[in-house]
Amino acid sequence: MDRIDRRGFLECMAWAGAGVLWTAAGGVVSSRLISSAEAAEAAAGSFSFVQISDTHIGFKGQANGDPVATLQQVVDRVNALEPAPAFVLHTGDQTHGQKAGAFDTVAEILKGVRTERILYVPGEHDVFLDGGKEYLGRYGKETVGGRGWQSFDYKGTHFVGLVNVLKYKGEGVGALGEDQIEWLERDLAPLSGSTPLIVFAHVPLWSVYPQWGWVTEDAERALAHLRRFGSVTVLNGHIHQVLQKVEGHVSFHTAMSTAFPQPAPGSAPAPGPMKIPESEARRMIGVTEVTYVPGTHPLAVVDSTLG
Amino acid sequence: MVSEGRKGFTMKPRNTTARWPWRAAIVAGLALAALTAAHASAASSAAVDINEFKFAPAVLTVPVGTTVTWINHDEEPHTVTSATGAFGSTGLSNEETFAQTFTRPGTYAYFCALHPHMKATLIVK
Repeated sequence: MDRIDRRGFLECMAWAGAGVLWTAAGGVVSSRLISSAEAAEAAAGSFSFVQISDTHIGFKGQANGDPVATLQQVVDRVNALEPAPAFVLHTGDQTHGQKAGAFDTVAEILKGVRTERILYVPGEHDVFLDGGKEYLGRYGKETVGGRGWQSFDYKGTHFVGLVNVLKYKGEGVGALGEDQIEWLERDLAPLSGSTPLIVFAHVPLWSVYPQWGWVTEDAERALAHLRRFGSVTVLNGHIHQVLQKVEGHVSFHTAMSTAFPQPAPGSAPAPGPMKIPESEARRMIGVTEVTYVPGTHPLAVVDSTLG
Repeated sequence: MVSEGRKGFTMKPRNTTARWPWRAAIVAGLALAALTAAHASAASSAAVDINEFKFAPAVLTVPVGTTVTWINHDEEPHTVTSATGAFGSTGLSNEETFAQTFTRPGTYAYFCALHPHMKATLIVK
């Protein structure tokens, strides 16, 4: 049922030099190149934020011998953005398999980000060993019931961070669970349909490739509560590559990892880190900047690679 | 720098109860693993490779008393986790191993906790 639109990685494009502005109108995706000057033309009330994903601190493999260094490079690039992003969303897998000390390393590096605030949702690598104890101990404090999910409003846009890696049912990795879906329904109830909505979670909320566990099994029940809104953007990580899909007023977008790329769905025997030279991998890892301008429905989503 | 500023944010936390389903399972698994290891007769050994997100062989039959060693050849971490909590490894990094001695006959279904679609079976006769 899901058609996958795989956009090419933005090879050969310098940071902040150009990006792809993609717009969704009536379910039709169109994209064009934009200049940094055009992107910077910010109307009053506009803001931008950055999505960092899948930092996988603790990983060491052919594609990247030093994910701490590539994360630091991403942070340096974020710090060069003008204006500075209002906040940063980390969409999970901070650590590679909860390697000892990895959460501390990520926290230390992200202290250096020039922004007001960093918000987190967990990836399965962050919680699978201890059921989320360490993650929630660090990042659960201001979330709903300490369980990791949350919502907030920023300049008229409603943000929802969901957790889809703690409900394991024996098949797919991603599931939201009854409690969270009920909370989401209550959270969205008072909002008018014209409120721009941005939802972020680790595992894609659409069925990217169930054979590899790239699916949130009960996402459809959550999406049902989003459909009455005129502008919905769903930001995910997990699959370490840029994929986009538009369904009605809902735009789905996955981000690159800052550590290593994974193969396109079905293009390899299995998911997992691609075994390619570092120089090649640099063109497939990076960061996402999202700009919202009031009065124009679409958000500008710019994915930039390190290579 | 990150500040604790909340300019422009309105948080709406609500209270519910946190749960840790995995912790109990892992603790139970480790306790049982220690128990079976103590009764090992060290008769024979067998190996299961983890390659490209698959346990190989997917079905392995061994005699009672066999020590089975799993080796993760992937750059992605994996676990060897019993479906019933009878035994379980922590996350295995690249080329790390997990060994378990099986002293009781039975069919043991197991999977990877990080990638639950990775499933396999050990038959002890």
